[in-house]
Amino acid sequence: MTNAAIHMEGQIHAHGHDAVAKAATHAVGQQHPIKLYLVVWGWLFVLSTGSYLVDYFGLHGYLRWSLILLFMILKAGLIVAVFMHMAWERLALAYAILLPPIAVMVFVAIMVLESEYTHFLRVLFFAAPS
Amino acid sequence: MAETALTNTGQGAGRLPGWQGIAADWASDQRAFKNVSWGKAMMWIFLLSDTFIFSCFLLSYMTARMSTTVPWPNPSEVFALNIGGRHIPLILIAIMTFILISSSGTMAMAVNFGYRRDRVRTAVLMLVTAAFGATFVGMQAFEWTKLIMEGVRPWGNPWGAAQFGSSFFMITGFHGTHVTIGVIFLIAIARKVWRGDFDVERRGFFTSRKGYYEIVEIMGLYWHFVDLVWVFIFAFFYLW
Repeated sequence: MTNAAIHMEGQIHAHGHDAVAKAATHAVGQQHPIKLYLVVWGWLFVLSTGSYLVDYFGLHGYLRWSLILLFMILKAGLIVAVFMHMAWERLALAYAILLPPIAVMVFVAIMVLESEYTHFLRVLFFAAPS
Repeated sequence: MAETALTNTGQGAGRLPGWQGIAADWASDQRAFKNVSWGKAMMWIFLLSDTFIFSCFLLSYMTARMSTTVPWPNPSEVFALNIGGRHIPLILIAIMTFILISSSGTMAMAVNFGYRRDRVRTAVLMLVTAAFGATFVGMQAFEWTKLIMEGVRPWGNPWGAAQFGSSFFMITGFHGTHVTIGVIFLIAIARKVWRGDFDVERRGFFTSRKGYYEIVEIMGLYWHFVDLVWVFIFAFFYLW
């Protein structure tokens, strides 16, 4: 994570200094040291193990859900930023691709309200008498 | 004319920082994705649309699970396996996760060697990636067989809410299809790399266009996306 951040910082720095050289390197594509990929690979293994252990130790409630989400977001971030090279892409592309999925969050909110309402009606009218 | 679209136009590589740069790139009479080739930009836009498809699947699963009054089957138990006399929860899914992550690692390195024009290493790493992908699909077939034998159907299952089966088959089935297509795509591109198509700029049989090593990165984007979707399925369907 930190490695990637440092790397990205370096790229931005280089950009400010000589945009021409940057354009030249871009022409031959994304060039990063193999070590970076191995480090990210290692972190993905660690994070996956973490999320598996959440289930293995049977954690539950808010601790379970927050850990699952934390590991998920970190893994997704590493894959998109480093493996898919989004950290080094031009901002116009990064924002065009990364912002629209946020709209899905609105959809999630709508469906949470909707399913709670459906659940409420089911409990009220259809639950088996006991 | 068509050839120039493949490569960088070289126009305006410099940019203003932050939002000003984005506004400038998207302003009128501009090509929005300046130093991004059309192939890569189109793959990203396709992946964005695919994101929405998988989002809808996961949302319908969430809605079904939240609104049912019948208890949801415990995935930790459903996907447990007995290995060597021990009952290990969710172990098959954990192994599948590690296999897919490993395939992403080999793919990322294939992209790297591709840009270094290391033909043999690129092809070998892509084939390793394809082998990991095929293993994943094989394990998924095993998982489906096991669940179907235990009586899971899209309309019901022995453990609880009926929607479990339909959500499971729909989400993992669609993801497995993506992996399978990815494996075929990988083998096709690996063959081209191995043959040296991108070194001699041999023209494709269908498009009659010259190929470049960038196709390895575009292929990689698709493959990493498949891994990315699995991260979300693993979190929401198997662990939640």
